[in-house]
Amino acid sequence: MKIAVCLKRVADTTTKIVIGSDGASIDETGVKFVPNPFDEFAIEAAIAVKEAAGSGETVVYSLGGDSAQETIRTALAMGIDRGVLLQGSGSPDGLEVAKALAGELKDQGFDLILFGKLAVDDYNYQVGPMTAELLGLPCITSLAHVTVADGKVEAERELEGGMETSTCQLPAVLTCDKGLNTPRLPSLKGIMAAKKKPLEVKAVDLGAGTIEILGLELPPERSAGKIVGEGPDAVPELVNLLRNEAKVI
Amino acid sequence: MTNRFSGVDFYDMDSLLSEEERAVRDTVRTWVDENLMPVIADAYIKGEFPEALVPQMAELGFFGANLPERYGCAGLNNVAYGLIMQELERGDSGVRSFASVQGALVMYPIHQFGSDEQKDHWLPRLASGEDVGCFGLTEPDYGSNPAGLITTARQTGDGWVLNGTKMWITNGSRASVAIVWAKTGDITDASSVRGFIVPTDTPGFSARDQKGKLSLRASDTSELILEDVKVPTSALLPKSSGVKSALMCLTQARYGIAWGGIGAAMACYDEALSYAQNRIMFDRPIAQTQLQQARLAEMLTEITKAQFMTLQLGRLKDRGTMTPFQVSLAKRNNVNMAAECAREARRLLGANGILAEYGAMRHMANLESVYTYEGTHDMHTLILGQAITGLNAF
Repeated sequence: MKIAVCLKRVADTTTKIVIGSDGASIDETGVKFVPNPFDEFAIEAAIAVKEAAGSGETVVYSLGGDSAQETIRTALAMGIDRGVLLQGSGSPDGLEVAKALAGELKDQGFDLILFGKLAVDDYNYQVGPMTAELLGLPCITSLAHVTVADGKVEAERELEGGMETSTCQLPAVLTCDKGLNTPRLPSLKGIMAAKKKPLEVKAVDLGAGTIEILGLELPPERSAGKIVGEGPDAVPELVNLLRNEAKVI
Repeated sequence: MTNRFSGVDFYDMDSLLSEEERAVRDTVRTWVDENLMPVIADAYIKGEFPEALVPQMAELGFFGANLPERYGCAGLNNVAYGLIMQELERGDSGVRSFASVQGALVMYPIHQFGSDEQKDHWLPRLASGEDVGCFGLTEPDYGSNPAGLITTARQTGDGWVLNGTKMWITNGSRASVAIVWAKTGDITDASSVRGFIVPTDTPGFSARDQKGKLSLRASDTSELILEDVKVPTSALLPKSSGVKSALMCLTQARYGIAWGGIGAAMACYDEALSYAQNRIMFDRPIAQTQLQQARLAEMLTEITKAQFMTLQLGRLKDRGTMTPFQVSLAKRNNVNMAAECAREARRLLGANGILAEYGAMRHMANLESVYTYEGTHDMHTLILGQAITGLNAF
């Protein structure tokens, strides 16, 4: 079983984001970067599927600058066998990223190619399915449960108010959702072992793409709540404010 | 949703840590948030060590993490080891004590003073948590003066017979193996002290928990009684020689405690800051009052000073030039600093500060033990006095 995991380095979701001086990017000073949390489900799934198969190889790919090596090593510390850094700057156009990944992944003999269902920094949901399309492989997105056996995948996806079960032949591309598994922490021995695992660096050139980010804004600060009174006496004022100030009724 | 601790790093100390040191710290930090924090208040109130955490700590490699990989350990440097202790004590001093004893007081002496057979047999079992160890040095009448200990080991035809009582032994009733320090010669001869590896199921060995503790309640503290405990010749740690061997173990443990103090202080500062920002009194957050700002400023200053001192201590240890005196200074300073931070945090939290729902008072009570064990604050003052003047005042 040969499995690829595509990993993105993103700002930690607990980091306080500051918009950069160009108004269209984030200021990375002092920001902690982590593996995209949805990609961690993919890493865990890859390790678990390989363990269940009893043999095989897991490879993590990440597209980004040199700093993404640290993110790759986190995956290696968790148990992925080797890493490949596709060195280049990312693109707001998911298709350009997918083209670069597909170019790298094709003809490598992967049975499974795993992604997180989305990256928490851009919420695009794009790169996994686009890569599948470019490779001509089946794709099941937002997995909540997966079994890989006898050359095929059985997957469950959580829909609004129900579950969908689907299947496809290997090789396939899967994108992973929260709840698929509990990603393991990198053990201390794993962290030491990661330093000795192969990490290949390859330069890639992304196309210009068709999407440009014009601006970023932080959500407005929430204003403090208002207590209008207690008991039945407060109801007329509450109705008044809901109708005339909040304009929700 | 688990609350995530994001550290206290006013001077960008992170930039002085290697990638792997940060990765180790982050693993322990996340583990503490996800597994220790949800259970610690309850364990503390019940007075129970949270033993379900032991296999998890072993699996992640927390025990003896600075010992070599060939024994199933992580082979980390001493800064990374210190960061483990910091993060564990950010959770609870009792849980950090468990890991300190296992690593610095049981695995370290076996590694340092043991035969190849002893190392090969015991270290992997202790790293994996299959065996839990304790360290028997202190006695009811010999605390700050361990050289006076009166536990004896008498050689027989095929081994040794141990007799004596040990007191204040962390993990004592839980341990499957004890490192026992005893005099093999005259009772006045401190150079005759040797270390012994004693399985706790050996006839004549018993352990009794010390009841009524108001500190380190999530940790076992026991009295060990050795009555004609017969062990084979192979139980002796062959390279242990005199009470100084036992003191070398304490230097290892104190090094970890110096880091641990920073962790406890960071926990208290973090909690105090968050409380101050959210607690409204006189129509404004108490963080907007000068008195609470003074408390927070003082805590942050002391934590920051301790961080850099202790990082350098770790670099010296990795370089092989660290002295026990330097360890004394850091243990003395950091634990006292942590105890002060805990007390100030508890006060800032007002009435809420006495509840187990918050960490400050638990840390405050724990740190009174940490202040007293592994060389009391006062003894470290005298050790430093001796280092400075060349004159021994104890």
